[in-house]
Amino acid sequence: MAFINLKKREVQVKIVYYGPGRGGKTTNLEYIYNKFNQRIQTQMVTIKTQGDRTLFFDFLPFDMGKIKGYDVKVQLYTVPGQVKYNATRKLVLRGVDGVVFVADSMTVRRKHNMLSLKNLQQNLASYKKSIFKVPLVLQFNKRDLAEQGIPLLSLETMQRDLNTHLKAPTFEASAIVGTNVPETLKKIISMTMLSLEKELK
Amino acid sequence: MTYALEQSQLDGIESILQEDFIDLGVHCAFLIDMAGNIIASLDNARHKHDVYSLAALAAGNFGAVSAMAKMIGEEDFSLLFHKGTAESIHFSKVMNEFLLITIFGKEVSLGFLRLKVSEAIEKIKTILEPAYAP
Ligand SMILES: Nc1nc2c(ncn2[C@@H]2O[C@H](COP(=O)(O)OP(=O)(O)OP(=O)(O)O)[C@@H](O)[C@H]2O)c(=O)[nH]1
Ligand SMILES: [Mg+2]
Repeated sequence: MAFINLKKREVQVKIVYYGPGRGGKTTNLEYIYNKFNQRIQTQMVTIKTQGDRTLFFDFLPFDMGKIKGYDVKVQLYTVPGQVKYNATRKLVLRGVDGVVFVADSMTVRRKHNMLSLKNLQQNLASYKKSIFKVPLVLQFNKRDLAEQGIPLLSLETMQRDLNTHLKAPTFEASAIVGTNVPETLKKIISMTMLSLEKELK
Repeated sequence: MTYALEQSQLDGIESILQEDFIDLGVHCAFLIDMAGNIIASLDNARHKHDVYSLAALAAGNFGAVSAMAKMIGEEDFSLLFHKGTAESIHFSKVMNEFLLITIFGKEVSLGFLRLKVSEAIEKIKTILEPAYAP
C-alpha cells in the first residue's frame, strides 16, 4: 500500500524479502545496510531470536533519491522464514508493494523453496493480492557455495520449480559476498515504481 | 493498492496533531497506516525519535496484538498503551487502516490524553474517509 505525500512530494513503498528459513533474506538487508549506509539515516531494526533467526522482521528504510520529481523512500522488510512463524510472516506482508523471493540454491533446500513460494501465494491471497500481479523478483541465493563443493540446484531446476508460471526476473546471487544484491534491489524498486505509475493512471 | 493525500489534507492532519497534542505538552504525535507508512509526524523539537523505525514497529506490534485479539475471540483491541519511566506511548486505531501514535511524558495524564485522542480521531476521520476508500 504505497503512500504518496503530495505535500512533501514523497512516495513511501514497502518491499518485502520473502523465502525459506536460512535462505539469506536478513543477509541481503545487512549487505545493503553496510554498502549504502550514506542513504540510510538510521539503524537497521531487527527482531530476532538468540540464534540469529528472524523472529518477526528486519526493517531498513532506504532513500532512493528523486524519481520523476518525487522523493522515493523504500521500506525494506524481511519475514521470518521458519514455517512456524506464519502468523507474523503474514503481518509483515500487509500493504506490500513489491516482493523479492530469496530462494536457497542448496540441493537440500529444494522442497523448502517450493513450499515457501506456495505459502507466499496463500498469504498474498489472504490480502486479496495475486502472486502473478505483485511486482516480484526471484533471487537464487548462495551460488558462491559451489566453490566449496556443496551440491547446488542447477539454474534450470530452480527456474522450473519456481518460475515456470511466474516468469519473474531472476538473479543468481550471493548475499554474503554481495553478488547481485544491489541488482536485485534495483530491479524490484523499478518494477514497483512502474506498477505504481500504472495504478495511478 | 496506492493512495495519495493532498497538501490541504496533510495540512489539516498536521494542525490537528499540533493543536490537540504538541501544543498541550505531548512530545510526539504521528499518524501511520498499517503497512508502516508515515502520513504525518510532529514533535516538540526537544524529543526527536526515529519515526520510520517506530512506524514499522508500531504497525507490526499493533498487527500482532490484533491477531491475538482474534484468537481469544475479541473483535479487536482498539488501543494500546505502554508505560515507561520517562516517556509513554499510546496507540489508537483510526478507521481500520490507520494508527495514531502519541509519545508523552509525566506532565500529561493518561485520562486527558485519551480524551484528546478520541477527539482527534473524529476530526482525522473526516479528512481520511474521503481520501481513502479501500
Ligand atoms: N555461503 C553463503 N551463505 C549465505 C548466503 N546468504 C546467507 N548465508 C548464510 O545463511 C545463513 C542464514 O542467513 P539469513 O540471512 O539469516 O537467513 P534468513 O533468510 O534471514 O533466515 P530466517 O530469518 O530464519 O528466515 C547465515 O549463516 C548466512 O551467513 C550466501 O549467499 N552464501
Ligand atoms: Mg532472517
